[in-house]
Amino acid sequence: MSPKNLKNSPHSPSLENLYKAYESMYLIRRFEEKAGQLYGMGLIAGFCHLYIGQEAVVVGLQQAVTESDSIITSYRDHGHMLACDMSPGGVMAELTGRSGGYSKGKGGSMHMFSREKKFYGGHGIVGAQVPIGTGLALAHQYKNDNGICFTYMGDGGSNQGQMFEAFNMAALWKLPVLYIIENNLYAMGTSLDRHAAVTDLSTRGSAQGIPGKSVDGMDYLAMREAALEAASYVRSGKGPFILEAKTYRYRGHSMSDPAKYRSKEEVEDVKSHHDPLSILEAEILRQGGDKDHLESITKDVKKKIDEAVEFAKESPEPSEGELFTDILV
Amino acid sequence: MTSETMPETITVREALRDAMAEEMRQNPNVFLMGEEVAEYQGAYKVSQGLLEEFGSKRVIDTPITEAGFAGVGVGAAFGGLSPIVEFMTFNFSMQAIDQIINSAAKTLYMSGGQMGCPIVFRGPNGSAARVGAQHSQCFASWYAHCPGLKVVSPYNAIDAKGLLKAAIRDPNPVVFLENELLYGQRFEAPPSGSDFILPIGKAHIERPGKDVTLIGFSIMVGYALEAAEELAKEGIDVEVINLRSLRPLDLETIFESVRKTNHCVTLEEGFPYAGIGSELSAQIMEHMFDFLDAPVLRVTAKDVPLPYAANLERLAIPRSPEIVQAVKNVLYNA
Repeated sequence: MSPKNLKNSPHSPSLENLYKAYESMYLIRRFEEKAGQLYGMGLIAGFCHLYIGQEAVVVGLQQAVTESDSIITSYRDHGHMLACDMSPGGVMAELTGRSGGYSKGKGGSMHMFSREKKFYGGHGIVGAQVPIGTGLALAHQYKNDNGICFTYMGDGGSNQGQMFEAFNMAALWKLPVLYIIENNLYAMGTSLDRHAAVTDLSTRGSAQGIPGKSVDGMDYLAMREAALEAASYVRSGKGPFILEAKTYRYRGHSMSDPAKYRSKEEVEDVKSHHDPLSILEAEILRQGGDKDHLESITKDVKKKIDEAVEFAKESPEPSEGELFTDILV
Repeated sequence: MTSETMPETITVREALRDAMAEEMRQNPNVFLMGEEVAEYQGAYKVSQGLLEEFGSKRVIDTPITEAGFAGVGVGAAFGGLSPIVEFMTFNFSMQAIDQIINSAAKTLYMSGGQMGCPIVFRGPNGSAARVGAQHSQCFASWYAHCPGLKVVSPYNAIDAKGLLKAAIRDPNPVVFLENELLYGQRFEAPPSGSDFILPIGKAHIERPGKDVTLIGFSIMVGYALEAAEELAKEGIDVEVINLRSLRPLDLETIFESVRKTNHCVTLEEGFPYAGIGSELSAQIMEHMFDFLDAPVLRVTAKDVPLPYAANLERLAIPRSPEIVQAVKNVLYNA
């Protein structure tokens, strides 16, 4: 995967932008590695789905997000929350089930939200977030607030009937929704060619006339450019658009998945040749960026993550009285 | 009654429509979506005239796509609107029950209180007439089972209007279970003025009595009142409680009545197994054991999918004669 020369592109980002993207992607990488460690130590339990390998997708997409927009995804959600600037400590404390977590410890890995950042979850039922995101888009259109909804799903979720139902309504009513299918090639343990009759997922909306595009989800620059184009299409009032981000997750589906359905060589090949952080680093250096600056970024991020872990360990468990709160408004 | 003393009446259908229209006038974020709600004026004509008054932005015809539009409604509620989602019947809400339970009901809790979901899911529930098993189920106990939802089921026009207005104003997800056979029935009209609402969670004593308590909701309240008339002829004084709300339950009103009558029969069109009557009898047994002179009896549908044949359908659904018999059983252990 050679870095693309986007010098002549109207969307060509500054070196500063690339540094920021690197920081954001590295933050996700480091956060997830730590979450994996804490899981091993028994501080995090239950389901925990790590985003490692897919960082360029959400960070690229985030470049197209404005203050009016909303974001929703499924259960592999830590990266999305960090990308929309939710606090790593708040996310990590939710993973450890503490009162300082985004859901006061009552949601867990798959169920976190931030109205402030317009992040609407964090949903544990595969595909259920797709109609919900479509409804958020309906609210944008109804209120005429210029917002669009970034609705993420995985390749597995893209088989759910309710996704097609939502696509139909979004196209019918020209709703401002950008659907992102993060195709990491495996729906839990079932590979794409075994779960999808048509493996080009950018055509998932063809029956509803929704245009789509496939992008290299390991390449931040490609992701960013595609995101800006797709978001601008949706913002123009033409209705929904589908972006298929071809990506890869390095870890198992969840912490309890040894991922025996794929070879070590396959994983190693992606890590060595298509790693999103390495690709972005090479691009930064190619554009005359400073290796020392990258090192200082990684150092700062590590410190941030250490603080997040500290907070997540120190934050007390929710009080017993919390058991019966937040059931009804 | 002469025409001068006849109170003004309206149908349940009109009461429901008026409730929606009044709330839509008051709050621009309230909108209605569902199958055939707009141009067709509602499959059962409940939304008659709404499209004309409010336009297609606020009265939205959906495709036949229950899981999809229930989820769209939930998303719109998260996004700050107050949707009314109509199911043509609650039988079809089974396609969408994941969105109602997992998305609408649980998200407030799972978000530590951030994500309220002000939405009403409404439509006819229970059996109509001769439409077979797939179109005839009562889902009251299914929805009432779940924390995070409010579940309401009106009987007459006053209930329909007052409770639907309360449901639309409620910041929580409300499942609003109507009854097709009641839509065309006329009842005393609700008090005029758009501020009339009935509180969710409060039952209503439709007929006071001292010998036995009948607890029902929706169409069973009518049959209970019929049975009470019949039993009065035999000198049995029946108290009829219209639950109005199934979650939360108005236990106070129920317990007060049982404390007085010492006998109780629960009524529903749903199946007996794990039904609303099961919950009522458990609550009464746990809290009112010393006041009971006989075990609580349940009058329910039979434990079978509803048959089509007229004679079998009559056998499957409880009506007033069955209630009369149950009251005699609970009083005399006959």
